[in-house]
Parts: sequence; C-alpha cells; structure tokens
Amino acid sequence: MSRAEAVRAVSPLWTLGLLRSELLTTFRRWRTLALLGVLAAVPVLVGIAVRIETGDGSSAGGGGGGGPAFISQITNNGLFLVFTALAATLPFFLPMAIGVVAGDAVAGEANTGTLRYLLVAPAGRTRLLLTKYATVMTFCLVATLVVAVSALITGALLFPLGDLTTISGTRISFSEGLARALLIALVVAVSLIGVAALGLFVSTLTNSGIAAMATTVGLLITVQIVDQIPQLHAVHPYLFSHYWLSFADLMREPVYWDDLTRNLGLQALYAAVFGSAAWARFTAKDISA
Amino acid sequence: MGEASASEQDGEHTGGGVITTRALTKRYRGGQLAVDGLCLTVPAGSVFGFLGPNGSGKTTTIRMLMGLIEPTSGTAHVLGRPMPRSARAVLPHVGALIEGPALYGFLSGRDNLLRYDAADPTADPRTRRIRVLAALDRVGLTAAGGKKAKAYSLGMKQRLGLAAALLQPRRLLVLDEPTNGLDPQGMREIRTLVRELASDGTTVFLSSHLLDEIEQVCTHAAVMARGRLLTQGPVADLAAGARGRLVVTTPDPADAARLLKEQGVADVVADGERVTGEVPGRDLAEVNAALVTAGVRVRGFGVERASLEDAFVALTGEGFDVAG
Repeated sequence: MSRAEAVRAVSPLWTLGLLRSELLTTFRRWRTLALLGVLAAVPVLVGIAVRIETGDGSSAGGGGGGGPAFISQITNNGLFLVFTALAATLPFFLPMAIGVVAGDAVAGEANTGTLRYLLVAPAGRTRLLLTKYATVMTFCLVATLVVAVSALITGALLFPLGDLTTISGTRISFSEGLARALLIALVVAVSLIGVAALGLFVSTLTNSGIAAMATTVGLLITVQIVDQIPQLHAVHPYLFSHYWLSFADLMREPVYWDDLTRNLGLQALYAAVFGSAAWARFTAKDISA
Repeated sequence: MGEASASEQDGEHTGGGVITTRALTKRYRGGQLAVDGLCLTVPAGSVFGFLGPNGSGKTTTIRMLMGLIEPTSGTAHVLGRPMPRSARAVLPHVGALIEGPALYGFLSGRDNLLRYDAADPTADPRTRRIRVLAALDRVGLTAAGGKKAKAYSLGMKQRLGLAAALLQPRRLLVLDEPTNGLDPQGMREIRTLVRELASDGTTVFLSSHLLDEIEQVCTHAAVMARGRLLTQGPVADLAAGARGRLVVTTPDPADAARLLKEQGVADVVADGERVTGEVPGRDLAEVNAALVTAGVRVRGFGVERASLEDAFVALTGEGFDVAG
C-alpha cells in the first residue's frame, strides 16, 4: 500500500481551490460576459434617455408621477441613476441573468458530460453543489455591482453630483448617499438569493441546460404575474419577488426596516427550502449523461 | 477511525481483485434491465478487456463502478472498498475515461486539465501546472495545449480525455472505448501507452467493441451480452475455447484433402489452394511428412489460432450486432 500513502492528505483549503476553478470557469463563459454586458448597458440607456428628455429644462417623469422609482430626481443628482437603474433591472433583467447562470450550473455540465468527470475526480456531490451555489451568489453580487457601477459612472458623466434629498425629505451628504447606494446594491444582491436557489434546484432536475434556464425564467415571469393579481393577495407575501422593491426604504430617514427584514427572511427561507431540495435531488441522482 | 478493520472486512469478499462485483444489477426506471446479476473479478495488474456489443450494459457497469449511478441490487468493490459509498477514498486512485471525453469548449486544452485537476481533493495545487504539462506531453498534445478545446478534432479530444485520466499516478485506469475516433497511428500509440502503464503496475480496465484491440493488449477479458456476463478469464483461455484449424496451402488441393482425411484429419474443406481441417491429435510433423512423401507439393503448413472473434461467435452463437 506504499502508493496509497503517496497520495496527499486532503487540504482543508481544497474547497477554495474548487471554488476558484468554478468562478474562473463561470466568468470566462461568453454567455456570462454577454449577460453582464447587457446589465451594464441598461443604466447607460436610462441615463441617455433621461438626458434627452430633460434637455429642454423640464423634469423627467412629469414631476415624479410615472416611471421607475427616483427617475425624476436624476437630473438634480446623478447618484439617483444608481437607484433608478437597480429599480429598473431588479424586476426582470437581474433575476433573468441569475436564472440563466443558476439554471445552467448543474444541467449545463450534465449536458456537456463534464459533470461526470468532476464527480469521478472526485469533487464530491455536496461540495460541488455548495461550490455551484456560492458561484451563483457571487454572480448575483457581481451582476448587481455591474449595474450600480455602470449607473454611477453614467450619472457622474451626464448629471451633476452633490448632496441629496431622501424620500423623507431630509438632506444627506454625497458620501453618505454613496454609502447608502452601496448598501442598496448589497440588499438587491441578497434579494436574488431566492431565485438563485430555485434555479439551482431546477438545474438538478434535468440534463438540459436550456430547459433549466427556460424553466427558471418562466417561473420568474409567473411569480411576477401572480404578484400583480389582487385576488391572489393571500399568497403574495410568500412570493420571492414580493418585497424586492423594499430596498427603497433604505432611502428613508429613519430607515423603515419592516419590509427589508421580511425580504431577507423570505430569501433565507427560499435558500433553505430549495437548497435542501437541490441537495436531496443531486446527491441521490443517477448521473447518466 | 476503525478504517483498517473496515478495509480488512472488505478484503474478505473481494478476493484480491481490483474490481469485484457480486450479483450487480441495474434496472432503469423504465423497467429496462441494463445489467443483470454481474459477477466480475478483475485481477490486480491485469489489462482487462471488457467486451460486448453496443447496448450490452458495459457503460452502465462502468458508471456503477465509478459511483455515478446506484446499483438496484448487488455490490461493487473497487480497490477493495465498496462503491459508491467509498467514492471519496477510491476515486483519487482511479483515472477514468467514460463514454468518450467531455470538455469545456471555451477553455484551452490546458485549462480543461487544470479544471479537472482542481476537482480532485488529493491533487497538489503546487505541482498542478507541471503535472498538466506532463499529461499533455504523454498523449502528444503539447503543441495543441493552448488551443480552445472546441477546435479539437475527435481524436485530439480523446487524447485530452486520456490526459485527464493520467494527471496523477493511478492504481486503476478505467478506459471506455479509448481508441474511438483515432486513426490507426493514434490507436497504436494508445495501445503502446496502455502497455507502458500496465508494465508500471497499473491495472487497466478497457472496454471495447473491437475484438482485435482486446486481443492485442489485454491479458484478461470478460464478454457481456444483453446485460449478462457470458464468460471471463485470461484471453488465451478464451480464445482456446474455440479450437484452431490446420491450414495447408498447396497447388494440389484434391490430393491434399484426400491424404489429410487418410491421416485422420476431420472436417476437411478445400477452398482453392487452401485446404483446412480440424487439428488432429497426432504429431503435425508426421502429417506434413506424409503429404510430402505422397508427392503433394506444399507451399504452407500450419495451425491458424482461433481469434477472440471466433470465441465470441461460439459464445453468443451470433454475430457482433447491436443488442435490441
């Protein structure tokens, strides 16, 4: 058994090596970069549209009536483009991107057959699934930050920057506004954890990456529609998207925490339920692709 | 940890084989019986040919051995430990090529190997790059290592898949159809590689539907058809199961056939200048002397060994077709 002893003891840091490999693989995919590119373009388009609309001196959104939250404030302060862009991408663009990446995470590798080689390496099913989930959550954060940074740069280039007024009417300094923008971006990223867990679970059900992506995005659209139907208000508090726009409460003075904490609790619930379901499914699955 | 006692226990019912299965059975959810009561023993140090037509259950067996699918019933032990339960302890010692290579098309060949090596908990990240280069060199892909894998030909993909199996020193290599998609030169290189690995003491489990390939490199073989094991043993014994034939090449076939019958050769068939018959019990030198003494001009005289293909046909009573 001399050769058995020659095999290295497993380093506890090995999981980090696997995570690094997983992140590199995900972020070198052309599809991932295209999704981030689309997300980066949204704030630029919104910024240019607002700039053109208000070129004659009128304010955008007809004095704050329509359009995404905060849009009427952009001309006064470019920082509001960050909030507007996040409010505009959170209902669909961001979760769709997450759905694509999460749906593809396991099913895509099963489809190309690379999953079986990772498992005989042996990466270990639980560890591989955790690594995949960590990667999808990293993508949530990166995607959100891409929107926020793109919006900040566009806002700084097209509009003036300075102190800003909260929803409650109090004024805060630009640096505090910037800190709140970062906090909001983090809350938005956390809001996507539920979709990520759902997508990963769907991904363990099929060997087709495309089917998993389509199912996840389909579920997202269905949930958004159900959330709009007043007769179904009984289920609304359980829909992962129901409290998404609560991030705006961070712009109140003092911050209104109720919906924010409900949102975080709901995302944790989704992560626990669908994370467990994905684990139960993936660890017992016959890998026949 | 009590691991020593556990492995001793396992050793009892593995009989020293590198792979041992007992009544291994897999029934898929549709009710289809893919593998039916398989009892396989792969001796340590052998080059073991796993033979059978497409659809005979070879790949399902390999997937069960690698812990990818759960058996419906029966047990499988690899390197003395039960699978799939001991996958984490066993699989680092096993290099595998299962149902063809699978690669990340958008990564270079080298990056594909780095990725697979990162998935192995026992692989040392400090030597990763060196081992990847060595594996690429071993399969002749050094020049193409930087190219994107999607630009690879089928043969190059196959070589990269083999390189992934060779990233670490292994005690067992499981190679499912390793020469698939390779040209004759590539096939010969793979055969040489397999022999090299075997001479280093690695047990090689090689599945194939190419009989002559098995015959050329394998010391042992097993034959499967329709999910059942037909036979297993040393290749020489299997081929001996089908008897060879005496072949005489001569410009006088009629005389030769008559004389051979007189010499006690049964089942004599004359086909042009070739006269064949069952190998008689007596000394072949005397048979030849008798032919020459009688004035039969002999160009060639010898025994043609039965091929594994003859053995296979004798076993299954049929050709080498796809099972339904």
